Amino acid sequence: MAVMEYIDAIRLAMKEEMERDESVFVLGEDVGVKGGVFTTTKGLMDQFGEMRVLDTPLAESAIAGVAIGAAMYGMKPIAEMQYSDFMFPATNQIISEAAKIRYRSNNDWSCPVVIRAPIGGGIFGGLYHSQCPESVFFGTPGLKIVAPYSAYDAKGLLKAAIRDPDPVLFFENKKCYKLITGDVPDDDYVVPIGKANLLREGSDITVISYSLPLHFAMQAAEELEKEEGISAHVLDLRTIQPLDRDAIIAAARATGKVLIVHEDNKTGGVGGEVSAIIAEHCLYDLDAPIMRLCGPDVPAMPISPPMEKFFMLNKDKVKESMRQLALY
Amino acid sequence: MKEHETVTANNNRHEQLGLTDGQVLDMYKYMVLARKFDERNLLLQRAGKINFHVSGIGQEACQVAAAFALDREKDYFLPYYRDYGFVLAVGMTPRELMLSAFAKAEDPNSGGRQMPGHFGSKRLRIVTGSSPVTTQVPHAVGIALAAKMQKKEFVSFVTFGEGSSNQGDFHEGCNFAGVHKLPVIIMCENNQYAISVPLHKQISGKVSDRALGYGFPGVRVDGNDALEVYAAVKEARERAIRGEGPTLIESMMYRLSPHSTSDNDLAYRTKEEVEENWKKDGVARFKNYLIDCGLWDEARDQDLIAQLNLEIKEATESADLAPFPKPEDTLLHVYADAEGGA
Repeated sequence: MAVMEYIDAIRLAMKEEMERDESVFVLGEDVGVKGGVFTTTKGLMDQFGEMRVLDTPLAESAIAGVAIGAAMYGMKPIAEMQYSDFMFPATNQIISEAAKIRYRSNNDWSCPVVIRAPIGGGIFGGLYHSQCPESVFFGTPGLKIVAPYSAYDAKGLLKAAIRDPDPVLFFENKKCYKLITGDVPDDDYVVPIGKANLLREGSDITVISYSLPLHFAMQAAEELEKEEGISAHVLDLRTIQPLDRDAIIAAARATGKVLIVHEDNKTGGVGGEVSAIIAEHCLYDLDAPIMRLCGPDVPAMPISPPMEKFFMLNKDKVKESMRQLALY
Repeated sequence: MKEHETVTANNNRHEQLGLTDGQVLDMYKYMVLARKFDERNLLLQRAGKINFHVSGIGQEACQVAAAFALDREKDYFLPYYRDYGFVLAVGMTPRELMLSAFAKAEDPNSGGRQMPGHFGSKRLRIVTGSSPVTTQVPHAVGIALAAKMQKKEFVSFVTFGEGSSNQGDFHEGCNFAGVHKLPVIIMCENNQYAISVPLHKQISGKVSDRALGYGFPGVRVDGNDALEVYAAVKEARERAIRGEGPTLIESMMYRLSPHSTSDNDLAYRTKEEVEENWKKDGVARFKNYLIDCGLWDEARDQDLIAQLNLEIKEATESADLAPFPKPEDTLLHVYADAEGGA
């Protein structure tokens, strides 16, 4: 067991899978010699050579499309989008192609590609280095979407994604890269895709979230317990598509009061679907209206510090929402 | 004497390219099969038996010639929706294509899920395709990348129309293939029309010239001359196998049919223009070549057409009688690991 940063866990997952399986390779802008603009692929080219850690031309649709072609042949490509903000040129390849290859060929062809993309703000990235694009891809059957919050999950979910026979979007949170450290076992574990994870048991309120905001929720839960005796139940979705309905329903029933938290903007976000699942399955178990705390419905996050701070979630905002729900 | 020599040379073009008499007769058979198959589909659509057909009439000679220049046991194919001649020549049967036209469960392309003309068969290494155009170019490049990474001796071959050559995926795919010198053959079937928009409103230069910007050869060939297409694809394949990278081929032809069964082409082009182009039809031209070579005659042609029509009739009847997919099978194959997924 080693303590490592979230970004190191992502790198380790790629390294282990590339050692384990020759058909695994990484491609993207700056992934080779430079080792990625965030250093996510640092050292991999030295170990595996420039063919398996491939610096590509600056063209996202080709990065995705070439990876999809290689995956249909039987390779296991990991395509890196430098920022998730820049993956929209590849959206046609992801939604019209990767997501539909198994279905449209009646199970004859498949597309075991992983597309890694950093999401989230709070790094003074402005509109186009801060977005959470989950909702663009969410609701496209055929895609799996995961979003780890911890170093442990980052490694385990990425290894699961690489081994998955279907296309997986791996949304890693760039604010977590260096901020979040944690225990990561040396052994060859995977975190199963499609299963949510109960981070904390509690009896007063339920918080359902994914990625960075879970850290705010966990800190807030500790403080609320100590300071005000409010007991919070916290569920990490881990996989946002397909959603783990049973875990969502069980978590909602556990307290009867649900707060859904994500940085992606509220309208059309994952929280709307989580909320609908709860409404469909356990409306009469609820003791309060479902609450959502999300990014505001503006096009994207401004760079000016007070504006960025206004947009971003933090522990205090999450704590206040949790308190309000508990008092309802 | 000199004239006589020229005639002899013309009559041996296929031998000079390394094609046997048997092979050119086989090529012709596939061209006529594709033409007759296409005509039958147009009739079936008009009769209300099938929903839709996108025709490849006028493009068969090029398609079949390209297939014969490839390794049909090893190479990977990414055809576009008019490539009936191509997919027949690499091994898809008329019955399989009819099952697709009728959207029946046994359709190997998609199990009755996709529109006809959306080819796919892992058995034949025909890579499944979609309707948003030119997305298959980066896929072909990815398969060629896999060939290079795995040191396998095959090429990928991808086709599309000249309208599609304006899509970003064409340019992004070509550029990627050029940078990494990948074994891919990129062939534009320039049939002069993107639905109703004529060539001069799509492209102000030549598609083949674009290869210059990507650092590999681009050649323009007469798509109505099967042997010229064969020679270009064969040379492109040899270059690819030698590790010299991609080739762009622009094959000039004319879409003799309307865009699809939903299109009235006389709204944007004249009958005279279409008739003029029928005179250049590559299938008729290849037939005349075979007759000039003494390999073919009208009587044999009539026999062939009768035999192929019978084959297509049997395929049609078989596909018509074949069962539809079960309605609830709509839910299958979203993911590998779930019975439904919906």
